[in-house]
Amino acid sequence: MSLPADPLVVADDVALSDSPGQAPPGPDVVVRGRRQLVMRRLRRNKAALAALVVLVTLFVSAFLGPIIYEAITGWTYAGQDFTSFLQPPSPDHWFGTTQIGGDVFAQTMRGLQKSLLIGLLVAVISTGLAAVVGAFAGYLGGWVDKVLMWMVDLLLVIPSFLIVAIISRNLRSGGWIALVLLIAVFAWMITARIVRGMTLSLREKEFVLAARFSGVSTPGIIFRHLIPNMSSLLIIDATIAVATAIIAESGLSYFGFGVKPPDQSLGTLIAAGTRSAFTFPWLFMFSGGLLVLTTLAVSVLGDGLRDALDPSSKRAGGSR
Amino acid sequence: MGRFLLRRLANYVVLVLVATTLAYLVASVALNPRARYDGRNPPVPPAVIDQQLTEYGVNDKDPLVGRYLDWIGGVVTGDFGKTVTGADINSQLGARSLVSLRLLLLGSLIGSVLGVLVGVVSAVKQYKFTDRFFTGFSFFFIATPVFFTAVLLKFGALQVNDAAGTTLLYYTGYETPGLDAGFWGTVKDQVAHLILPTLSIALGLIAFFSRYQRNAMLDVMGSDFLRTAQAKGLTRRRALYKHGLRTALIPMATLLAYSFGTLAVGATFTEKIFGWHGMGEWLVDSITGNDINVVATVSLFTAVFILFSGFLADVLYAVLDPRVRVS
Repeated sequence: MSLPADPLVVADDVALSDSPGQAPPGPDVVVRGRRQLVMRRLRRNKAALAALVVLVTLFVSAFLGPIIYEAITGWTYAGQDFTSFLQPPSPDHWFGTTQIGGDVFAQTMRGLQKSLLIGLLVAVISTGLAAVVGAFAGYLGGWVDKVLMWMVDLLLVIPSFLIVAIISRNLRSGGWIALVLLIAVFAWMITARIVRGMTLSLREKEFVLAARFSGVSTPGIIFRHLIPNMSSLLIIDATIAVATAIIAESGLSYFGFGVKPPDQSLGTLIAAGTRSAFTFPWLFMFSGGLLVLTTLAVSVLGDGLRDALDPSSKRAGGSR
Repeated sequence: MGRFLLRRLANYVVLVLVATTLAYLVASVALNPRARYDGRNPPVPPAVIDQQLTEYGVNDKDPLVGRYLDWIGGVVTGDFGKTVTGADINSQLGARSLVSLRLLLLGSLIGSVLGVLVGVVSAVKQYKFTDRFFTGFSFFFIATPVFFTAVLLKFGALQVNDAAGTTLLYYTGYETPGLDAGFWGTVKDQVAHLILPTLSIALGLIAFFSRYQRNAMLDVMGSDFLRTAQAKGLTRRRALYKHGLRTALIPMATLLAYSFGTLAVGATFTEKIFGWHGMGEWLVDSITGNDINVVATVSLFTAVFILFSGFLADVLYAVLDPRVRVS
């Protein structure tokens, strides 16, 4: 790409280069806000843009797909077609049918919907928890810090997969919210540690001191000054958490410890399809492929966001 | 260095104890062995159920602390208690842990060594075809759960076997049952069975490690000391491998410790899919079967494995980074 004439790009490149002070921007440079800068960097990253498009498509099809599909073919995820068992994909059943005549397309969309919801909710909860706990521990210090970090260490030691598996076994079919909470409880600790570390250095900064001396309350400082200053890290972390949560959920569901039938998630569909993956591939390949596509898109987007949000990032890839 | 390692070891012993205790307590509260006797015909008298459960050490009417102390006391003397059907856990433990360890050790060894190599090659050939290829590879395998990789591998093996006309790649079990082919024949058979399961967990690990190693290596490659080393007259290759790689390996040691937890969980899927009767399969079956003692035993095994590898990572760390040894 050659866009040397664009002053914005020049300004951005100066901001991106790691030797500041070199070649000060010319007088005709328009100073843009940070948000625009980030958007510009993100837009330049083709892979991240593609991932974003894929994710939006997945979301739209997961939530609108079943409605449109029902209008066209008349099948829902719970319905059964007693005239076609284990049929390969056809215009009537786009992804084929299961052993008992369930429609694989409707089930897959339903599963995708649940998996995406679980991923998003877990990401929001765990990142929020990490931000709050880390910031309070770092800002207050003392015994609060000690107690919170002790909790973090404890949760890191606990065999989380086992605990979630055991507890969620007792949940009823409507318990997917509880599943979200369980996964989130075991997903925030490392981020909380990073947030705490960042808070330790932020709390000595002038703007925080100024806020404190002008009488802003502790929660005020934490929520108005500290956490917004760590937003880049938190956004990146939430993105990664979406992928991790989707994989964790499908893993649990695979063993029957996650989402319970009659509800569907990608994990339960994959588990049901694995047994006949070779003979009836449509039972397995669509749900599996969508799962991989989702997590792949999320991680590519997360990677692009990291490069866009973190000016010091020299990485052209990377997983954390 | 001795003191540093000793302190870490003491720390790990405490952590193993905490993890196992918690696993036991949660399992005792959430699992219900009594349910195994429901719906039997003729119905089992409650007194008989109570007596049997007490004998196996899983009766929920006995005080929890007492049961726990009984179990952990037994563990200290090498007795892991009884399963919920009354069988001895010890008799299965040996065989199952060997099956799992074979998979875990080989998988983690191949995964970490190849992962580091791939990462270094990617960094040295940054933005070249090799790098792009490996980047795509790692993104795919980081995003793919083990159970999907495993099934894809099975699928691939099926195609290969079909094409070859004979069974080249085995995808069920860890040995051919009833095989009588002498010592070397058995070894060959077991290795052939190992290939696919090991790959299924190693691929993800390679992908994960190579990303980090690539970043660490890139950071090191831009550093001053490497330029100095070359300016002194070292060849680029020598400077990279002797000075660069060693520094870039230090963060990997920590990562190694963290990744084993994921690895142990991943191996559970592998065992279940490839039909290996190892610890992971045992864990899943025992959760479904309300088997408290087995759940606790398997979590003890996993905790020991994870923390042993954490200790190994500490040793590596101390070997690689002289600052740790001195302080």
